[in-house]
Amino acid sequence: MEENGAPGVIFAARGPGIDENETSANLWTYTAGLAFALLLTAASFIVAQTDLLWPAGVPAGLAVLAVAQMGVHLVFFLHIGTDAEGSNNVLALAFGLLIVGLVVAGSLWIMDHLNANMPTPLQMTEMTQ
Amino acid sequence: MLGKLTWQAIPFNEPLAMAASAMIVAGIIAILGLITRKGWWPYLWREWLTSVDHKRIGIMYVILALVLLLRGFSDAIMMRTQLAMAAGGAPGYLPPEHYDQIFSAHGTIMIFFMAMPFMIGLMNFVVPLQLGVRDVAFPVLNSISFWLTAAGALLVNVSLMVGEFARTGWLAYPPLSELAFSPGVGVDYYLWSLQISGIGTLLAGINMVTTILKVRAPGMTYMRMPVFCWTALCASMLMVAAFPVLTATFGMLLLDRYAGMHFFTNDGGGNFMMYVNLIWIWGHPEVYILVLPAFGVFSEVVSTFSSKQLFGYRSMVLATLAICVLSFMVWLHHFFTMGAGANVNAVFGIASMIIAIPTGVKLFNWLFTLYRGRIRFEVPVLWTIGFMVTFAIGGMTGVLQAVPPADFVLHNSLFLVAHFHNVIIGAVLFGAMAGYYYWFPKAFGFTLHRGLGVVSFWCWFVGFYLAFFPLYAVGLLGMTRRMQHYADLSWQPYMIVAEVGAVVILCGIVATIAQLVISIRTRDSRKDLTGDPWNGRTLEWSTASPPPAYNFALLPRVESLDAFWVTKQRAAANPPEHYPAIEVPRNSANGFLTAFFAVVSGFALIWHIWWLAILGLAGAVMILVAFGWKERIPVDVSAEQLAEDERNRRQGMVPA
Amino acid sequence: MSAQAGVADLAPPEATRAGSGAGPAPVRIVVGYGFWIFLLSDIILFSALFATYAVLRGQTAGGPSGHELFGLRHAGIETLCLLFSSYTCGLGILALGRRRMSAFYLCCALTFLLGATFLSLELSEFAGLLARGAGPSRSAFLSAFFSLVGLHGAHVTVGLLWLIFLVAQTAYRGPLDYVRRRLLCFSLFWHALDIVWVALLTLVYLMGAR
Repeated sequence: MEENGAPGVIFAARGPGIDENETSANLWTYTAGLAFALLLTAASFIVAQTDLLWPAGVPAGLAVLAVAQMGVHLVFFLHIGTDAEGSNNVLALAFGLLIVGLVVAGSLWIMDHLNANMPTPLQMTEMTQ
Repeated sequence: MLGKLTWQAIPFNEPLAMAASAMIVAGIIAILGLITRKGWWPYLWREWLTSVDHKRIGIMYVILALVLLLRGFSDAIMMRTQLAMAAGGAPGYLPPEHYDQIFSAHGTIMIFFMAMPFMIGLMNFVVPLQLGVRDVAFPVLNSISFWLTAAGALLVNVSLMVGEFARTGWLAYPPLSELAFSPGVGVDYYLWSLQISGIGTLLAGINMVTTILKVRAPGMTYMRMPVFCWTALCASMLMVAAFPVLTATFGMLLLDRYAGMHFFTNDGGGNFMMYVNLIWIWGHPEVYILVLPAFGVFSEVVSTFSSKQLFGYRSMVLATLAICVLSFMVWLHHFFTMGAGANVNAVFGIASMIIAIPTGVKLFNWLFTLYRGRIRFEVPVLWTIGFMVTFAIGGMTGVLQAVPPADFVLHNSLFLVAHFHNVIIGAVLFGAMAGYYYWFPKAFGFTLHRGLGVVSFWCWFVGFYLAFFPLYAVGLLGMTRRMQHYADLSWQPYMIVAEVGAVVILCGIVATIAQLVISIRTRDSRKDLTGDPWNGRTLEWSTASPPPAYNFALLPRVESLDAFWVTKQRAAANPPEHYPAIEVPRNSANGFLTAFFAVVSGFALIWHIWWLAILGLAGAVMILVAFGWKERIPVDVSAEQLAEDERNRRQGMVPA
Repeated sequence: MSAQAGVADLAPPEATRAGSGAGPAPVRIVVGYGFWIFLLSDIILFSALFATYAVLRGQTAGGPSGHELFGLRHAGIETLCLLFSSYTCGLGILALGRRRMSAFYLCCALTFLLGATFLSLELSEFAGLLARGAGPSRSAFLSAFFSLVGLHGAHVTVGLLWLIFLVAQTAYRGPLDYVRRRLLCFSLFWHALDIVWVALLTLVYLMGAR
């Protein structure tokens, strides 16, 4: 099918999602992804609702399972890869993840300290009343 | 029927606001009338309002910025005058409720509707030309971005005439900005205009990142891109990463105000510090969004006017990338005093000092480029040298305040105000003015008047120091920001000097306006026929001035950094015999119409006119669907047209 | 559009080598990458709300907490709906690539149905909470919950409407270049929403119900 790409291009130009001439994206990748995701989902429900995992380790366990499942989605459904054009996608994802980490972890760290050191807004209102 | 909107919304009892509104309305009517009488509407609609050409859109962004500079500056000089007067028991001429709106509007307008559009406009105009391509990755999206920004600017200015503006400062901290303490429409004007223009900015960032990473001339590898493109890339990455946080935070404040939620309220478990935290996660990268393109301008100017390749290209690129990443790791330094404790403060304090290092690297690279170069003291070089001195001082006062114990004394004093104006004016404004003069001939085909450019520079330079250095002193003496009057008479002499400085800056602005008017009047005698008035080094100077809509008849083959300079050193090649026909995107009214409905929705939401808000949103969705459904048929440019354009361009290059 | 036009104008094509100096990328790559960047910005938008939820989740202001309010079975069914709809969406794109249009339309219909089921389950959860007086204005925790989950639901809604538009356009115009590019963008969007849901499920429901 006519794709208006650069003439004489030899390399396989990859964006996120599927290239239509690509053979790696097929029924089996999606089905495998679905299977892994279902397994990981079941595992997280089990971890959350039973005492299979030591209680204090449950949040960490859930986090690991969630990250694994997000990885499954990225690789099996979104086809994030590392070839010629794909490295841009991975770099962008890495930058995005860095920002997400800073926003969430940074906010938690800062707000935790602020809440520990300062009166709550409600207490401050009562103090000024 | 009309929500909260009544005739009381018009500020009949505030003579200053009425006078200003009347002037603005009269001016708008005059301009619209002139356009109608001269029959310019078809031309304007076809060539500008519906244009998807990055050059036109860039120019419109810069025009928006220059107009809003006038509004933001009038706010500034009103504040300076008030502070020069209101010493001891004197009340000054601006009542507090009005003064509070003025300092809030000043900050909001200068950052969001002057500095941002100026930088985005320069990036829009220059980057595709420097990359050797025909346009940005998504031309229609580009138009939408511009018009959404203009929509936000319009809403802010409507607040002067209908209703009021926020009285909370330019960041609208809760709990003051919550409904309980700001029940009027001011904060809503602020929030909705910034949400609308924020979408525009985010889309512009996505567009620019995609263009720079995926749409470059053949042979232009990353390390052959001009430094301006690197800084544009990093600034755009910051836009993509930071603006969603702003949108989310303003969204939460809007939910508090409109739906009674408790994110940042004093009751219900809300925590206003979470707003402060989130807004500065946006706010610090924002200032780097402003400054990085300015650094890019200076890199271009310094190498062109010393006729030397930029010193230390690799370290420039690395420094820019470092600044990009580090800018997300320092935000707490904006609220050291709010109680996070010594450990947290120390980490962010050290990070804030570290971020000064890559900037220092850049400064030395510029100096080493100038050293032993054949420097031509054109107007952009004056702005650059002025920047290097001014920004170095401003940066140092920043690193000083990065030390938490020092900041406990200086936080929210006029020392802080002096610092950030020092860096913003010294880098962003000076860079904007340098870029404006430098690329004006490329955009319009004639140069700007040199003498008035020199006058403008010196007025800005001297005026800046007069206006802001007293603030450093009086900040150390204890004067805080956002004061409408003050008791200590010994501060008044400083305020008077600052007022003089503001007047000198006003002269600089007048000189810039005069420069534009006179240059247009005398444009025939200052035509840029070669397309290369400054003996430039990068690809934009290889096109005609102004370039045709398609920029390059044939995309250039790039083989090194400073691609155009290298081409010029070689013997002239024979012109190609055959130009294959090309396509350019057709105009689209999508952007203009989307923005129209955005203004309607925004105004309706501000005034709680729910039926109108629903209509406005429905309209915007309809535009999206209608334009999405349409086939987009490009316009053909024939081979003959290309050959003729190229012939004309080459003829212009032959020395007379 | 013009990126595509630019590439077609290379005079001799010998400069086509892989890597960053290959000239403007094909339109499909440009569009896909731009949309990917947009998705990352959207994820950062969610992260601000996630951070707020994480900070405010204990602020129940004397009202109900997650432990009292969240039903894991409900959340489990929602998860399965969304996961399977992601799967059918992927299958739909595969069918589109092979021009098996009836399979494509079937997959789109399944994707839509599963997504709509997810949405109705979520709306019924919200309605239930509101009926119990546990609405978003009750406490900071509930404000954060409703806005985070609600933002995701709003994205799902927009996605479903977009899917209807795209299916209509495919039926009317056929699987042209730009229509297929948009469907590709939709599939990226839909998969990303499932990724956000995984985080939501874990942080809000699984950790909150303990």
